[in-house]
Amino acid sequence: MTENFTLIIDGQEVSVEQGKTILEAVRENGKDIPTICFHEATTANGLCRMCVVEVEGMRVLQPACIVQVANNMKVQTKSEKVIRARKTILEMLASTMDLSNAPEILTMMDEYGASAERFPGAERRESTVIDDNPMFIRDYSKCLLCWRCVQVCAEDAQYTFAINFEGRGFETQIGTFFDKPIPETSCVLCGQCVGVCPTGALKPKRQFMLEQGMSPNEISVLNTGRKRRK
Amino acid sequence: MEDIDLTLLKPAIETYIPMSRSGLLPALHAAQKLYGWISEPVATEIAKALHVPLADVHGVIEFYSLFYNEPTSKRVFRVCTDVACALKGGDGILNHLCEHHGLKPGQTKPDLSLTIEPSPCLGLCEHAPVALVDGQAETNINLKKSTYELGYPPSRVYGSIRLLTANCGDGITSLAKYSKYSAFSKALGMKPETIVNEVKASGLVGRGGAAFPTGVKWEGAAKAEADQKYVICNADESEPGTFKDRILLLDDPHRTIEGMCITAYAIGASKGFIYIRGEYPYIVPVLENALNEAREAGLLGRNILGSGFSFDIEIRVGAGAYICGEETALFESIEGKRGFPRIKPPFPTTHGVFGKPTVINNVETLCNIPLIVAKGSTEYRKIGTEKSPGPKLFCVSGDVAKPGMYEVPFGVTLRELLNMAGGVANKKKLQAVLFGGAAGAFATSKHLNVKMTFEDLRGVGLPLGSGVVMVFDEARDMRQVLKSLGHFFAHESCGKCYPCQMGTQRQKEILERVASGKVVDGDFVRLQDVGWTMTDASLCGLGQTAASAVLSAMKLWPEMFSLESDSLLSKKKISKTIVNKAVKAKAKAQTVKKVVAKKANPKTAKKTTTKKR
Repeated sequence: MTENFTLIIDGQEVSVEQGKTILEAVRENGKDIPTICFHEATTANGLCRMCVVEVEGMRVLQPACIVQVANNMKVQTKSEKVIRARKTILEMLASTMDLSNAPEILTMMDEYGASAERFPGAERRESTVIDDNPMFIRDYSKCLLCWRCVQVCAEDAQYTFAINFEGRGFETQIGTFFDKPIPETSCVLCGQCVGVCPTGALKPKRQFMLEQGMSPNEISVLNTGRKRRK
Repeated sequence: MEDIDLTLLKPAIETYIPMSRSGLLPALHAAQKLYGWISEPVATEIAKALHVPLADVHGVIEFYSLFYNEPTSKRVFRVCTDVACALKGGDGILNHLCEHHGLKPGQTKPDLSLTIEPSPCLGLCEHAPVALVDGQAETNINLKKSTYELGYPPSRVYGSIRLLTANCGDGITSLAKYSKYSAFSKALGMKPETIVNEVKASGLVGRGGAAFPTGVKWEGAAKAEADQKYVICNADESEPGTFKDRILLLDDPHRTIEGMCITAYAIGASKGFIYIRGEYPYIVPVLENALNEAREAGLLGRNILGSGFSFDIEIRVGAGAYICGEETALFESIEGKRGFPRIKPPFPTTHGVFGKPTVINNVETLCNIPLIVAKGSTEYRKIGTEKSPGPKLFCVSGDVAKPGMYEVPFGVTLRELLNMAGGVANKKKLQAVLFGGAAGAFATSKHLNVKMTFEDLRGVGLPLGSGVVMVFDEARDMRQVLKSLGHFFAHESCGKCYPCQMGTQRQKEILERVASGKVVDGDFVRLQDVGWTMTDASLCGLGQTAASAVLSAMKLWPEMFSLESDSLLSKKKISKTIVNKAVKAKAKAQTVKKVVAKKANPKTAKKTTTKKR
């Protein structure tokens, strides 16, 4: 039996099992903290910093998805500092990439009063849609670098190691070995990367075609050479 | 283009094959030495030999500025265009060279005979403007007179004491001159915990910038239980304006090695690494030679001086990534990965390189160790002040009469240090001093009487950082300096966490507007929000300090960042023309408030900008 810790979250005393993260503690107690890169199936890396909270005694904000609870810990999930960081991160995201297929993030922007036009003249990360395999398309204009696809392709799930990073800093993008098309890589088309993508940067081919205005029949003809039966 | 002969590759990377993934950076360096760049077949061979996934190898090449996966010459001119060199016309030298050779910055001649590229700070700031030519330091470049110095950079060492720099200033020190590690011999006769306690009692704190108590760090690693522990010397000195580690390693490599030996004995480590930045290639053979001298004298290797203690050191060379000076990013780099900083905790003292307990110290910190062991902590504490004991090295550059490395006891004032350096050059007045490097803060003449100690500087909100004191005279346009800092951080952000990945880019864009007098409404608050978000929410020390100098400038000179022409006029230094430009820009800005998307094909645009500034 693990011990329970008592901590104070936003002025409220809560009791949480030892070893849990602040995020788990908050969610177990019926509240929420916004997250973007976090996913239950992948290793938490604390990249997006949307889940940052103020922990008394710590110099900088702490990622709730990683930091474990401690006895008598005092946490503020909505302090002024926290709100400024979250709002600015959202505004920078909106100025950098296409969030049109990321409704959760758009909702967060509304909640935090974040303006998509906060950064005039900002350079955006744009690229053309890569359509190089029968199963999915890659539209890195929509990629917000949550790393989940790279993680499930590697040690978090598939051990295929088909994709990794290109460039660094603002210029970072997900890519293959010397930009090879997916069929020429170690990719086994397991589809897990598509499953964990939060923004529609990776999309099933069929969904993409439907969005392009193709009818199910047209897609069927493309795929099999036959019309659908009904 | 010459053909790529793959048969040459195997013998060149053979020694790194048993290291598997950890041998990736050394293997890529070796391959690039052979071919000038790393082509797809070469990368494939290296991946197979070291058992690293292809995509990962590509990811690593793409991360480091000094690795190329596009045709690049074996002959590269790297011209420093960072802060200290920019003051002395670094950009002009880059343009001159490019014009002379018919190239654009970042371009390679079609016959692969030459590549010219701009470079972040090369750590030669006291000799600005500088370049790195065929791995050699080209210093004090003077376009008008067509003069420069090539080879080992001369060391300019001054100050009021010569403890850490006893052997610096007259070229490379041999083991014979250094003497046979008497402090290490003394240490071998002491109990390891006694040494840890001495270092704790000495009050020594890290000199790389974070100022963490060295003895506490050692104690953590000494107490950690593991089959293997490591000592790492962090020589990835990349903070713009910092060059002390370069001089210490080049002129007196044995002091650092002795410091590492004592550290290893104190914490029970058998293996050490010196991780040196890729922009210091000329130091590598000097270090190799010093390590060999130490091995031959029985000071490194098995059963050192019959004590039963064994320890040896391997050199690792970085490849152009400021972030690798961050300790956990440095571990990743040694392990053959992209230099992404790790989440802390766990801390290096228990989970360092290869997941083992590790002590990582800066070069200057390690150089203090033989001194502490030889003198004893009581004697050592007589140097400096009560709360900041010991000697300190300052890297003085910019507009001073005598730029160089200054060794002084903690406690001298900024005025005293600047007086030692002959004051502001050309009898001009002081405008500002950048303290602690790009990740530091600005001081002005009102700070001249501040004592340079951790406690006094903290009191006035200045970081000691890595000991940078970069001077700007009254005529300098500080907005250009800020733009330069903005470029630096945008170039060096690793891209892992969002605040820094996007914040350094947005900060750069706003600072570009500030520098060209084209600020738009709300830029002040915008810049502040970006700055504070990076400071509060970034994952590592780079992001947390990427706005530090900018935020300090905003406090000192708020009028520089706004469109209020009244306040601009009240500032005499800023000429009327700039004000007029700013007013015009404001009028223009009203019409372009919409977010403007970049129209160029980003895929091709990316290829030309990824590794350039």
